[in-house]
Amino acid sequence: MAAEPKQSEIEQLRLRERLAKLRNLPLIGGVSVGGELARLERQIERIATEPSADEVWHSVELARHQDRPYTLDYVERIFDDFVELHGDRSFADDPAIVAGLARFRGRTIALVGHQKGRDIRERTHRNFGMPYPEGYRKAMRVMELADRHGFPVFTLVDTPGAYPGVAAEQHGQGGWIARCQLAMVRLTVPSICCVIGEGGSGGAVAIAVADRVLMQENAIYSVISPEGCAAILWRDASEAKKAAAAFKPDARHCLDLGVIDGIVAEPEGGAQLDFDAAAALLGDGLAAALDPIADLDADERRRARRARFRAMGVFAS
Amino acid sequence: MASHIDVRIEDRREDAQPPSGKGHPNTCPSCGSHYRDDELEQNLRVCPHCGHHFPVRVRERIAQIADRGTFVEHDVELRSSDPLGFFDLKAYTERLAQAEQDTGLGDAMVAGAASIERRPCELAVMEFTFMGGSMGSAVGEKFARACERAAERHVPLVAVTASGGARMQEGILSLMQLPKTVSAVDALREARAPFVSVMTHPTTAGVLASFASLGDVIVAEPGALLAFTGPRVVQQTTREKLPDDFGLAESNTRFGHVDAIVRRPDLRPYLGRLLALFANGS
Repeated sequence: MAAEPKQSEIEQLRLRERLAKLRNLPLIGGVSVGGELARLERQIERIATEPSADEVWHSVELARHQDRPYTLDYVERIFDDFVELHGDRSFADDPAIVAGLARFRGRTIALVGHQKGRDIRERTHRNFGMPYPEGYRKAMRVMELADRHGFPVFTLVDTPGAYPGVAAEQHGQGGWIARCQLAMVRLTVPSICCVIGEGGSGGAVAIAVADRVLMQENAIYSVISPEGCAAILWRDASEAKKAAAAFKPDARHCLDLGVIDGIVAEPEGGAQLDFDAAAALLGDGLAAALDPIADLDADERRRARRARFRAMGVFAS
Repeated sequence: MASHIDVRIEDRREDAQPPSGKGHPNTCPSCGSHYRDDELEQNLRVCPHCGHHFPVRVRERIAQIADRGTFVEHDVELRSSDPLGFFDLKAYTERLAQAEQDTGLGDAMVAGAASIERRPCELAVMEFTFMGGSMGSAVGEKFARACERAAERHVPLVAVTASGGARMQEGILSLMQLPKTVSAVDALREARAPFVSVMTHPTTAGVLASFASLGDVIVAEPGALLAFTGPRVVQQTTREKLPDDFGLAESNTRFGHVDAIVRRPDLRPYLGRLLALFANGS
């Protein structure tokens, strides 16, 4: 490695510092971009089209940080009068997904989110945020309730993935993940999703098929865990950092690939350092994403959502 | 180590090997009988001795279920590209080129118009030997276009799946093929076009967790592994004792996830009967 940083790296560092100062804006790059911010972003893009491997890995570490705020930490700070609803009306209540009704800046909304545990006991109770099919059925029935009553749907994604167990398979894990996505595609009410930590593959996307999809600055969204990818492609799980650099699960890359609409800023150093500030930024981000779509024609909004996901991908023909 | 339990939905070539993965491909893994290739082909690649279903390549599958000479392939030119510049031990572009050379296919799905027992339909058939039948942007796009053609022509869509899941070399874009194909099925449903999903060995992870599970009717071949997470990963992460028939078509049928297990010789008449029933209603 060269001892002296290259000129472009110095330049990039300088721009990143300036960018950090502007990060009190609720959203970067998507829904509400300031002119100055947009210009800086483009400049950064020219110098280094992507975050370095170290920066990507830093996001992976922060996204999984044990002190990071979880769904219920945000719920108590962002929403009023939260009433949690339990059960899938069929078999069980899955604690890895919380769902309910609440008030957000004066209006009733429905909230669905993965929930991880803080200590050993709660972690086990919440199954590390890894839902069974029962969790997705609960999510579906609360979203369908919201649809009947015209409440916007907010989903917060934070899971390593859907639970890979025998009972989960027997209860139809794959099928319920598919049907939960379909239920979201069909909603006539507006929906906003934010990935607040780990967006782990199918277990995450099951509740992420929204009109607007956001990511917190240090969240990750990926098709596979870095360890899993490394174990398969490098045949060595300890190559996780290399794998993460290759499949690029960080917010910046997801924005560039058109997978998300905006990035929600976090307090300097990460959301784990200041729950209140992180919640304030997330609340502003959710409001900024909801406002422009709240009053669209329901059918038009549903079609636009479907078209948005239909268009995902890059191929040659 | 324990803090991150691995729940990937990627291409699972390793634990999703077809049963003939060991030994000669024409030796039956359940009874040990050995066949000439033409014998097996004549028997639809079902072991005449014990009924084991060998894997079927995509062209042969189409010949088995479509009326002779009716299949017209679409989107022949569609190929994967490499949006992430993905490189592991090999470049993704190199893996793609190798897979195309080995299989003679552009990607892991072949789609087009056909007739089954004189009923017009759209067919979308997956090829497991093309990078583990993994679904990247090209496979998602082929499936979505097949849905759109079926909707436009008001004919049923028949999908035959064989896949290890999403193609991790395309990163998050491969995960986005789940909601993409789900959205395509939603549009198909809106057009009231029927969708029959035929799951063959193996149908796992991202494909099971998207379009394959959304068929109006879902049938499976005997002995096919149909699981969101394959047995090896479930065993490793949970240390649970797996039932002998874990994730197999038979257990999926018992738990209510599949309408019927259809043996390969019965598949074409079964599809013909279904398509006729759907046609009579509209």
